[in-house]
Amino acid sequence: MTLTLLAASAVQQSATRLISLSPADILIIVIYFVMVLGIGIYLRSYANTSNDFFMAGREMTAWVAGLSFLSANLGALELMGWAASTYQYGILAAHFYWIAAFPSMVFLALVMMPFYYISKTHSVPGYLRLRYNEATRALSGISFACMTVMMSGINMYAMAIVMKVVLGWNIHFSIWVSSLTVAAYVTLGGLFSAIFNEVLQFFLIWLGVLVVPILGMIEAGGWTGLVLKIHQRVHSDDYVHLWKTLGTFSGNPMGVHWTGIVFGLGGAIACGYWTTDFLVVQRAMAAKDLRSAQLAPIIASYFKMIVPLIVILPGLLALAVLPYRLVPESAAGPGMHSYNEVLPLMLARYCGPGLLGLGVTALIAGFMSGMAGNVSAFATVWTYDIYQPYIRKWETDAHYLKVGRWCTILGVLLSIGTAYFVTQFQSIMDYMQALVSFFIAPLFGTVITGMMWRRATPKGGFWGLLAGTGSSIAMYTLVKIKPAYLAVIALSPNAKDMAENLYRALWSLIICVLVTVAVSLFTTPRPANELVGLVYGYSGIPTDRSLPIYKRPVFWACGVAIFFVILQWIFW
Amino acid sequence: MSRETHMLPVWFFIGVLLTIYGVIIFVTALVDYSQPTAVVLAKFHPGLFGGVFLLLIGGFYAFWFWPGRRKNR
Repeated sequence: MTLTLLAASAVQQSATRLISLSPADILIIVIYFVMVLGIGIYLRSYANTSNDFFMAGREMTAWVAGLSFLSANLGALELMGWAASTYQYGILAAHFYWIAAFPSMVFLALVMMPFYYISKTHSVPGYLRLRYNEATRALSGISFACMTVMMSGINMYAMAIVMKVVLGWNIHFSIWVSSLTVAAYVTLGGLFSAIFNEVLQFFLIWLGVLVVPILGMIEAGGWTGLVLKIHQRVHSDDYVHLWKTLGTFSGNPMGVHWTGIVFGLGGAIACGYWTTDFLVVQRAMAAKDLRSAQLAPIIASYFKMIVPLIVILPGLLALAVLPYRLVPESAAGPGMHSYNEVLPLMLARYCGPGLLGLGVTALIAGFMSGMAGNVSAFATVWTYDIYQPYIRKWETDAHYLKVGRWCTILGVLLSIGTAYFVTQFQSIMDYMQALVSFFIAPLFGTVITGMMWRRATPKGGFWGLLAGTGSSIAMYTLVKIKPAYLAVIALSPNAKDMAENLYRALWSLIICVLVTVAVSLFTTPRPANELVGLVYGYSGIPTDRSLPIYKRPVFWACGVAIFFVILQWIFW
Repeated sequence: MSRETHMLPVWFFIGVLLTIYGVIIFVTALVDYSQPTAVVLAKFHPGLFGGVFLLLIGGFYAFWFWPGRRKNR
C-alpha cells in the first residue's frame, strides 16, 4: 500500500476519535518528522565505519549518553502503560521508577560498567563470549534478538492502537509512517542518529506532557486535595501509599508483598533490565571514556526518579478529576474508555491547539525513541554476535557496516510483522511482560556471576543461563495450566499477575546462579590470563581518586541515593 | 581536532525545534485568546505560558550552541 493511500485512509478514519487536531497541531507533528529525518540525513556522513554505526564512534558525552540511556526506555508502552497502571494500582506503580531504577542503575555504573568498558566489547552477548564461550554468547544473542524484535512490534502495535482511538488514524498508516521514519534515520546515521534523536525526544516527551501535572494539580487543589478526591472516589487510602500497604498480599491493589517488590522487582527484574539489556547498556557503552560511561546511568537515574511526575501523577490525577470511571480494555464498550487511554484523555482535558500537538508529538516521540533503541540494539547484536561469528567471519569493516544498515531495515520489517501478528492474537500482549522476565533476569545471573566469581566456568555460564530461562518458562506454563501453583510460586493465594512476574523472575535468577555455581564446581575454569579485564580480582579498574570529589561517579551516586530515600519517606 | 568538534551538537537541534514550537504555540494561543478552546482551566491560557516557556528554553539552546558562536568559543 502506498503512502498516499495510507494517508487518505487515515483521514477517513475519524468517527470515534477522542481528540481533534487543529492545523497548528498537525504542523507541529509534521515539523517533528521533518526534524528527525533531517538529523538522520545530516549524520549520514559521520557514520562511516562499523564503530561509528554501532557504537556512535564511542564519542558521546556523559549527558548525551545519559539522556539517551533513559530515552530508549521511555517508549510509548512505558508512558501510557504506567499511567494506566497507576489508575489501576495507584502510586504503587511508582516502585517501577524508584526501587526498580536507582539501585540497579547505580550498580551498573559503579560495579559493572568498568568491565563492559575496559573489555572493549561491542555488546552484552559479546562480553559473555569473552568471559565464558561462544555457546553462551549464541544463546543470549539469539534470545535477545528475538525479544527485541517482539518488543518493538508490540510497542508499534500499542502506539497504532492509541493513535486510532485517540486521533482516529488508520492503524496501517501509524505503523508504516512511524516505523519507516525510524528505519530511515537509524539506517542513515546508525547509533549516532538514534542517540541524537533520543535526546531530542527526551525533551519533547517532558515538555509535551508537563502541562498535565501542572494544570492537574491546580484543578485537584494540590497534593492534599488530590489525596482527598481519590479517597472520596475509591474509599481507600491504598492508592497513595508506597510501602504502608505492602505488609500483606491482600492489603494493596497490586496483590504483592514487599519482598516481591524489593527482591523480585528491585533485585531480579530491575538489575536484569538496566544492567544486561543491551537496548539501554549500548547507550552508556557509546560514551567517550569510562568516567562518562559510568556517569551516564547515574545522570539517567536522576531523571528516572522524576519521570513519575509525567507518568504516575497524571494517572493519580485521572483517578481524582475525571468525571467517569475508566475500565479494563476487555470491558470497554461503546462510549467507555479503558485504562490505557489515561494519558491521552488527560492531554485532551487540558491542552488547547498547539499544546495538544506538542502532547501528541510527545507520545509519537516516545514510541519512536523506544523503537529506535530496539532496532539499533538488534542491528548491533545481529551483526556482531550472530552474522560475524557464524555466517561471514572474515569480511571488511565496510561489509559489516553495510550489513548493519540492512539489519536495521530488517529489524523494522520484522517488528512490523510482529505488530501485524499481534493484531491477530491480542492476548500475546499480556505475555510480553512475561517474556522479558524469561530472558533478562537469568541473563543478569550469568553476567554478574561471571564478573564477580573467578571460578565460574564456560559450561557453568551456559547451563546456568539455560536453566534460568527454562525454569522461568516452566513456572509460567505451570501456572497457566494449573493456576493453583500461583500460590507456590508467588508465595500466596492472594497474589496477582504482577506478583507472579516478580517472584518468577527472582526464582529464575536464583536457579541460574545455583546451576552456574554447581556446574562450575565440577568443570574446568578458564586460565587466569584469559580473564584479565573481565573478572573482579583479575582486572585493573582505572581509579578516579585523582579527580575532585564532585567529578567522581560515586559522589553523584550518593546524591541519587539520598534523593531516593527522601522520596520513599515522603510517599511511605 | 576531534570529529565531534565538527559535528553540530544535539543541543542546537533541540534549540531550533523548541524555538519553532514556541512560536507556533504562542501565536496559536494569541489567536485563540478571546475565545479559548473549551478545555479545563482554559482561563489560565496555558498555550501562552507554554509558548513563552518553549521560546525561552529553545532560544537559549539555539543561541548558546549556534554553530558560528561555538567555533568562536
